[in-house]
Amino acid sequence: MSATTLTRRPRGRLGDRLLHAYTWLIIVWLSSPIAVMILFGFNDKKSKSNTSWQGFTLRWYQQLFDISDLTTALKNSLTVAVASTLITVVIGTMLGLALGRHRFRGRGVTNFLVFAAISTPELVMGASLLSLFVSANLPRDALTIIIAHVLFSLSFVTVTVRARVITLDPSLEEAARDLGATAWGTFRQVTLPAVLPGVLSGGMLAFALSIDDYVVTSFVNGSTVTFPLWIIGSVKTGIPPQVNVMGTLIFGIGVLIAVANAVAARRRRT
Amino acid sequence: MAELNRAELNAIELDGVVKEYLSHGEVVQAVKGVTLDIAEGEFFSLLGPSGCGKTTTMRMIAGFEEPSRGVVRLHGADVTNVPPNKRDINMVFQSYALFPHMNVWDNVAFGLKQRRTPQEEIRRRVGEMLEIVDLAGREKRRPREMSGGQQQRVALARALVNRPRALLLDEPLGALDLKLRQAMQIELKRIQREVGITFVYVTHDQSEALTMSDRIAVMNDGLVEQLGGPREIYEKPASAFVAGFIGTSNLLTGVAAGGVLELGGGRVLVPGRDGEVTVTVRPEKITISLDKPDGEVSVVPGTVGEVVYLGTYNSYAVRLGDGTEVTVFQQNAHDATTTAERGDPVWLSWPAQHSYAIGSRSTP
Repeated sequence: MSATTLTRRPRGRLGDRLLHAYTWLIIVWLSSPIAVMILFGFNDKKSKSNTSWQGFTLRWYQQLFDISDLTTALKNSLTVAVASTLITVVIGTMLGLALGRHRFRGRGVTNFLVFAAISTPELVMGASLLSLFVSANLPRDALTIIIAHVLFSLSFVTVTVRARVITLDPSLEEAARDLGATAWGTFRQVTLPAVLPGVLSGGMLAFALSIDDYVVTSFVNGSTVTFPLWIIGSVKTGIPPQVNVMGTLIFGIGVLIAVANAVAARRRRT
Repeated sequence: MAELNRAELNAIELDGVVKEYLSHGEVVQAVKGVTLDIAEGEFFSLLGPSGCGKTTTMRMIAGFEEPSRGVVRLHGADVTNVPPNKRDINMVFQSYALFPHMNVWDNVAFGLKQRRTPQEEIRRRVGEMLEIVDLAGREKRRPREMSGGQQQRVALARALVNRPRALLLDEPLGALDLKLRQAMQIELKRIQREVGITFVYVTHDQSEALTMSDRIAVMNDGLVEQLGGPREIYEKPASAFVAGFIGTSNLLTGVAAGGVLELGGGRVLVPGRDGEVTVTVRPEKITISLDKPDGEVSVVPGTVGEVVYLGTYNSYAVRLGDGTEVTVFQQNAHDATTTAERGDPVWLSWPAQHSYAIGSRSTP
């Protein structure tokens, strides 16, 4: 027996094959909906429905913004997602810092509410928000959508930031104070950079939750139409391939951000 | 004139400092009233077991904790309620607390940047400081790419570069292995001499405190048990706690009459003492012999129990007539007179000045 054969753990050939097959099955299963979405953005369809392959075309990319209602819906979705993400990141970071670092009256209740907001069914949240807005006499438009989206994504940012804060050495902030930094200077130069990975991943999560939310949005949108709402509305008449193209672009941007994040994380480590 | 006065002032003064916490609705005193003067340029250690209040005391000097009562003065000025960023002292943390997202240079330059020091001066002083701690050429490294000893030196440089009036060190060598710790002890002492800054050193390691300090405050249960130089604290412990905490010590208890304590068929000389008394004797002060020694010395008989060979010396556990166990260290010198073995009846003896009475008032 040579040394090289010893380093390899003895495992049944059958077991190896099963593991390989299983892994590929999972990968195919996870990526097939995305593949179909991308593929049918290139479908040269003649009929109303976009469900059978009829040839390759770049037509839908050229005519991407030809359906003005859809374009408006996408713009609305992007506006709501950007605004609600920014607001959520600011409030969620503050909440996460407070819950992770300080002991105060009401901390337990706040922790519970953060958890409750995650576990509340979306239908219930949407319905109760609608009745709240109606009784507060608040007109339903982009603003109420933003308020709703901040509400359901806040907990996710809070949880990721809190997890980061808990692992942070509390003497880091004391060291900054000791070296002459003001409270704000300490936050800007030490605390924020240290929790930034948590803030960023929480923010990405908030953006992803907002851009494809249907249930809560459908209660509080008034006459404002977002991207997911428009798609649901067009199901009966047939979803135009532009939707696939927009979905592909959003997915592509998401992949780019994830890759950039991974590269940055690797650079931070070395 | 002002300069002259300043030099005479103590670097740090604690005056009746108390720290109370509220824990589960009960008031707990972490520090029960500490009064200390630490002189300019001194290497001062706060020594004690965990939970004795030494770290809390240091944190009150740094400004991270506000005393419940009492006054903290730095160079004569009352700083009791001054926040840490406005105090002219810096601290080296037990965990080093290096900023993980900054390289060595930015870590060390942090304090100077907060004070809006000119770029040119920052460059010069950080460069000099890295030279002193032997880290020149590693400016671009991140803390996590460095060894524990190197991180330790970055932490030291980051504090010292600000030229504080005092440096506080919270068990800074605790995370290092023994060899490195001993090397860093010598290194710390050298740096302290070089920069001439007051060092306040918190540790639970008595040998570390004895090696480096000019003076030591031994703390126990929120109070200072004894304050003095290393030799004084070792040779003349003020309490049974100090005697037990610093090195190994034998405690002999009995009733003395006319300066002599009769003990298990022998006598311990305690000049000027009468009544109930506890005497401490260090193991290395005791001579072990097979024959009864003559002269004006303390002499007690006993039986050898465990004998442990420790390289430079042997450790004997000797049981006295009354059941007290006494530890004796004997150097493995070339002329070592006794080679007592387990079960041998032996005589222990030591000069009168090495039995130090504690915990009782001396009779005039």
